[in-house]
Amino acid sequence: MGHKIVATGRSATGIPTGRLAVWWVIGSEIAIFGGLIGSYLMNRFLHGAWANDSALTNTFIGGINTFWLLTSSFFVVLAHSASEKRDAKETRKWIWLTILLGGFFMVFKSYEYWTEISHGKTLFTNNFWSFYYVATGLHGFHVLCGMVIMAIIAERDIKHGKNWHRVENIGLYWHFVDIVWIFLFPLLYIAK
Amino acid sequence: MADSAHSHDDHHEQSFWSKYCFSTDHKIIGFQYLFTGMLMALIGGFFAYVFRMQLAFPGSSVPFFGIVSPAAYNSLVTNHGTIMIFWVAMPVLIAAMGNYLIPLMIGCDDMVFPKINRLSYQIFLISAIILIASFFVPGGGFGGAWTAYPPLSAEAKYNSTVFGAPMWLLAVTLEIVAFLLGGINFITTVMNARAKGMKMYQIPMIVWMIVLASILFMASVGPLVAGAVMLFFDQTLGTAFFDPTAGGDPVLWQHLFWFFGHPEVYVVLLPAMGIVAEIICTFSRKKLFGYNMILYSSVGLGILSFFVWAHHQFISGVDPRMSYVFTTTTLLISIPVAIMLFAYIGTLYGGAIRLTTPMLFALAFIAEFLLGGVTGIWLGSSGTDIYLHDTYFVLAHFHYTFVPIAIIATFAAIYYWFPKMFGRKMNELWGKIHFWGTIIGFNGIFIPLFVLGAAGQHRRIYNYQHFPDLAGQNMQDLRIFATLSLVFMLLFQIVFIVNFIVSLRKGEKVGNNPWKANTLEWVAASPPPHGNFGENLPVVYRGPYEYSSPDHDKDYWPQNEPPVVKQSDTPA
Repeated sequence: MGHKIVATGRSATGIPTGRLAVWWVIGSEIAIFGGLIGSYLMNRFLHGAWANDSALTNTFIGGINTFWLLTSSFFVVLAHSASEKRDAKETRKWIWLTILLGGFFMVFKSYEYWTEISHGKTLFTNNFWSFYYVATGLHGFHVLCGMVIMAIIAERDIKHGKNWHRVENIGLYWHFVDIVWIFLFPLLYIAK
Repeated sequence: MADSAHSHDDHHEQSFWSKYCFSTDHKIIGFQYLFTGMLMALIGGFFAYVFRMQLAFPGSSVPFFGIVSPAAYNSLVTNHGTIMIFWVAMPVLIAAMGNYLIPLMIGCDDMVFPKINRLSYQIFLISAIILIASFFVPGGGFGGAWTAYPPLSAEAKYNSTVFGAPMWLLAVTLEIVAFLLGGINFITTVMNARAKGMKMYQIPMIVWMIVLASILFMASVGPLVAGAVMLFFDQTLGTAFFDPTAGGDPVLWQHLFWFFGHPEVYVVLLPAMGIVAEIICTFSRKKLFGYNMILYSSVGLGILSFFVWAHHQFISGVDPRMSYVFTTTTLLISIPVAIMLFAYIGTLYGGAIRLTTPMLFALAFIAEFLLGGVTGIWLGSSGTDIYLHDTYFVLAHFHYTFVPIAIIATFAAIYYWFPKMFGRKMNELWGKIHFWGTIIGFNGIFIPLFVLGAAGQHRRIYNYQHFPDLAGQNMQDLRIFATLSLVFMLLFQIVFIVNFIVSLRKGEKVGNNPWKANTLEWVAASPPPHGNFGENLPVVYRGPYEYSSPDHDKDYWPQNEPPVVKQSDTPA
């Protein structure tokens, strides 16, 4: 092939096409998580007894996980800043540290799931737990996808000094995944 | 020029497989969507034929199918609706037209993400295969209506399609994913890859409409994706999101579904409106009347469409006070649609109208869609809706909107852009015969159904002979008339298919711009080569609808034609 497509390089808005597309992806993701969180909230208002279930979630570990995610968002900003200086070594360092914190999040979340399931609180216990597992599971899936994509960007693009703009794009996505957690944490853990 | 482009192509001869099945060229992907959609339309049309025959001649063996069992009837009705919305209207109007037309009309060589575009079609194809496979699994295809209300859709003990129901849901969800990918591609392409000089208000109306439809789809379908995950878990794992016996709420699904389902009407309406705008301007040789007003109305329509969904649920136990709100918003939404239709009629007024086949279909769209819109007034008002809900009046109403959108506007588009797609014109005489057969057949089907619905005939009933109030001979005669009209309409589609195939090989060869139209796709060769415009991509100097301009000697003024600057005109 080798045929360069003109369309991809054009930018009538002044915003690079890749970044623009990530914003639209985030827009569609907001609609998906919005629907899920909205459904949960409508149910929550109807079922006061769910407060007893949400009291059983582990707010302490949830808090630590919030810390991991927020710090990782800071690291991904540092990666972006390094990528703008075209510093491959620094960029890869901060990307991998972001992935590491994402990994911490996943490990702590798995521990939570394990304790909850071993205390008999499963996907089928009642609808609070159904929403809890579906919402945090969908969020965790997004964290995992972000980690995999970041690893690919670090090792396939940045290592060879190309596609620097992808660091910013994955950063946008990572912030979004973070913000989803900022909604889920109070709604599922803190609200009693 | 043409020769050199040709020999250039020969250098990288591709196999049929990589050229037509794994191409990233937007035109090929457009064709893939178009032909898959047309094939699915044949399946959906055949399903309609089978269940209409059952209603007209209950219990008798249907030619080409056999005896229709109650379970088969449910599955046929459900999948007719599902196919026509998700695998015909969406792929043909948005994906096929969007893919084929957007890069050509905004003057660039491809979509901005060609590989994502190809992925989008591949996911779409897999979804279609899963849906078709679901008809053949034990228990048969899903039969719980295209709206898939739980608990009927959630529990196999009610719907008795233990495999069919989850497969149906999976197919619909994959189709949604395909269109999310496609939609993001459309929006970013139009935002970023427009030809030099093309300003916001110089974008052809159909391109605007496909972009607005993609945004509407993206914003409305999210909650349904979440709902589909919940329903899938209810079906396969045994959660109870929608099960009232275990603390769930089945009405939640109705909200999630219709929050998508009603904007979806406008998702498919807007591209159809765009097609009609292009065609009536070209064939009345006039500037589109009120371009900005049409655009603002469609944005208003899009926003308002998020606040009307509960008019589908007036008898589902929503608070009667909410009915007032949703009645009001539903009646309000007729205003932007009316503005658009008036603007189209204003475009026609005083024009030099040419009744070509695409123009006939475009005019029929305006007339027939108007009937669909007007009958919606009764259904949007909660008072009358309580009586008419779930009757054939509703069914006839939405077919008067969806058939003009998905069938009539699609035919208009195919007849109009066929010369661009294949370099030849479709036969006009056979096109007109096809037009009259389709329009007469269509009205013959649904006018009797309005009457039957007003007389109280409920939907989703297998055999009306079991209901003494609905089994009278006068009502049965109307059912038979509607069914025969359907057979009549379907037979005339053979005319279209033959005309399509014969015109591909033997149609009149035409140049790049047979209709003397202004938009950029007519600048490219017919059919456009890979890369569309060759080395020099067009530059835009004016809006798309400069027909019969007093400042120009010809009655059309292509968007890319540089203005002639006279020395005396230059301001001092």
